[in-house]
Amino acid sequence: MKFRTRAIHVGSEPDATGAVVPPIYLSTTYVQPGPGDWGAFDYSRSGSPTRARVEKAIADLEGAAGALAFSSGMAATHCAMGLLPAGSHIVAGCDMYGGTYRLLHKICNRSNIEVTLVHADQANLIGQAIKPQTKMVWVESIGNPLMSVPDLEQIAEVTKKAGVLLAVDSTFVPPCILRPLELGADIVMHSATKYFGGHSDCLAGALSAKTPELHQQLYFIQNATGSVIGGLEAFLLHRGIKTMELRVREQSASALCIARWLESHPQVQRVMYPGLASHPDHSRARRLMGDQFGGMVSFEVAGDIETAKRVCKGTDLFGLAVSCGAVESLIEQPATMSHASYDPAARAKAGIRDTLVRISVGLEDPEDLIADLDQALKRAGGA
Amino acid sequence: MSLPNNPNRDLGFGTQSVHAGEARQKPNDAITDSICCSSTYTFESTQTILDYLRENHDREEYGRYGNPNEKVVERKLAALEGSQDAIIYSSGMAAIVGLLMCKLSSGDEIVFFDQCYHRSREFCVKHLSRFGVVTHQVKTGDMDAMRKAINSKTKMIVSESPTNPHLSVIDLEAFVAIGKQTGVETLIDSTLATPYNLKPIDWGVDYVWHSATKYMGGHNDLLAGVICGSKEKLEPVRKLRGILGSINSPHNMYLLERGLKTFALRMERHNHNGQKIAEFLEAHPRVERVFYPGLVSHPSHAIAKKTMKGFGGLITFLVKDADWQATAAIIDRCKIPRIGPSLGGVESLIEQPMVMSYFDYPPEQRAGFGIHDNMIRMAVGIEDTDDLIEDLRQALETN
Repeated sequence: MKFRTRAIHVGSEPDATGAVVPPIYLSTTYVQPGPGDWGAFDYSRSGSPTRARVEKAIADLEGAAGALAFSSGMAATHCAMGLLPAGSHIVAGCDMYGGTYRLLHKICNRSNIEVTLVHADQANLIGQAIKPQTKMVWVESIGNPLMSVPDLEQIAEVTKKAGVLLAVDSTFVPPCILRPLELGADIVMHSATKYFGGHSDCLAGALSAKTPELHQQLYFIQNATGSVIGGLEAFLLHRGIKTMELRVREQSASALCIARWLESHPQVQRVMYPGLASHPDHSRARRLMGDQFGGMVSFEVAGDIETAKRVCKGTDLFGLAVSCGAVESLIEQPATMSHASYDPAARAKAGIRDTLVRISVGLEDPEDLIADLDQALKRAGGA
Repeated sequence: MSLPNNPNRDLGFGTQSVHAGEARQKPNDAITDSICCSSTYTFESTQTILDYLRENHDREEYGRYGNPNEKVVERKLAALEGSQDAIIYSSGMAAIVGLLMCKLSSGDEIVFFDQCYHRSREFCVKHLSRFGVVTHQVKTGDMDAMRKAINSKTKMIVSESPTNPHLSVIDLEAFVAIGKQTGVETLIDSTLATPYNLKPIDWGVDYVWHSATKYMGGHNDLLAGVICGSKEKLEPVRKLRGILGSINSPHNMYLLERGLKTFALRMERHNHNGQKIAEFLEAHPRVERVFYPGLVSHPSHAIAKKTMKGFGGLITFLVKDADWQATAAIIDRCKIPRIGPSLGGVESLIEQPMVMSYFDYPPEQRAGFGIHDNMIRMAVGIEDTDDLIEDLRQALETN
């Protein structure tokens, strides 16, 4: 069956009630057949019927041996980092979500985990950064916020040869567009708050593992550390997954249309969107993703930090907020919002400028969104 | 809905589905609406109550009269339908009951086109009759018969469009003209069309009724009904809802609001899948006849093309040379659509009206309603088109 059909049906198999939409289990604990004799579910940190269903759906859509659902994307990322022993080394792409940067540099460093940041769109740099202590390479399949596109196939060859894990944060590129496990990745992480949930109303994270062994290792960490998704969130997440393919298709089409329009706008200096022919990784993005590139677009406005602020504050339809991937369009300034947890020097080195604006394109009519950006840019003026 | 920095812009249906009816800036600056479960609402002082009673402030009082979540959905649905107002109910049937109980009194008469949801018919014929309201039914689409059935006691004329399960589409221009000429109010059940495909208010219809459980909620996980119309006509209806108590819950209303965010996308896909599958069925040798307004062969095709943007996901078809058991066997062989009543959700559903809705009726009465033993009704969801067609093909072609 094709993606959209599976997104609707896998994990929603009928139960005894015949319900088309399976019941929501909020029970924290489950009655056991006997002492030491365990049923399918025991304590809901270890698993629940509602969580199991959404995990089954995610695993199927990613082509994974198994998936795990978490209370947030960062909880999922933290669980994956739990695979790193003290004193080990990780190579990560520098075009990276601020929260992951913070986790690596301010939490993982406490276990003496060493981090090397490289431009992941150049696979040879990753190869050069790998050391004997390296256990994992972490890249975003489209980098946040500069929209770099690493060559996952080439990186997978490098990690396989070096015997290290390849983990991909594919939050900007949901599995209806790209399935990193099929390209050789070992683990895929999603902030499922974004395209999976899709309605800005449930915080969730997901890890999908290529092998049952890796799935078991991650499950052990998840169960031991406990940052699992709740029953109501698992239900909302699963509900969102059913329209994910439709939403992402529409968002990709609208984002391309908006990116092209921005490129021709006199107040816009540079547009970063992998679907644009001008994007340095465009042909690679086409090879990996086909004709859809998601709903995230970044652009630099002519002017200064204040100009970018005025653009972000001046929209009617775009909400001024972090997060992305939902039905409502959002706008933000990475330097002061999503990537404020970077050290300013590291931000400059990564190329995240103060004039950068990031938009998440929602489901509104693209003509309405363009008219909104147009009036906001005009009213923002220059420096 | 109007934008502060671009007030004159006529916003698209997709934009309205996402934003209409909602406050731009919400409490605690949240991007989505909160769920307000409170059963009652408090007043600061006695004076505030007196001000509320005298000046009719727009605020909550007691949960049976309204809640913030249902009001957001009412505003969104009114914007999408192009009506001044909308009233939400706990189900589609609660909505029609709420409207008719308000508008009809003993001695009044209503006229229905005869293809209609069997429970609406049952409510009018079996229950409104107990209150002295007389129901007449005339052949669907027969405007002369409709005109002849109207007399000085007639208060309302009613039709579905498209009808269930025959998908007949009503000529709203003619329907409304009859209402205007005779001074009778008009009601259209537009559940199968939705405002994405048809806007009865634009044609002059007085009341538009939806089971919002269907395409509006769209995920087969909530029950809701809505009546749309002018503020003036709906004001007493809203008051009666407060007495009858058939309001919907804040939790449900949150899910409905959430479902409406993808309304335009889902409808586009239901329309696409519906058309493709109807065409596949019509060309299939095991199929005797397909009822779908998007097919040239459907008697309503011309009117449907004139009035509708698309034709939705409901398809009814007759299996060639099959008794009810052979028809049931086809349904049982389907792997993707689940067997069940209802429609309009992301999941496809399939059923045999003779079994699901009319099993207790004597055969002659079933025939009178146009319900054949070899009839299958499919509520096409938003799954991949080819997957659904392949599934139907194997179900039809296996022996």
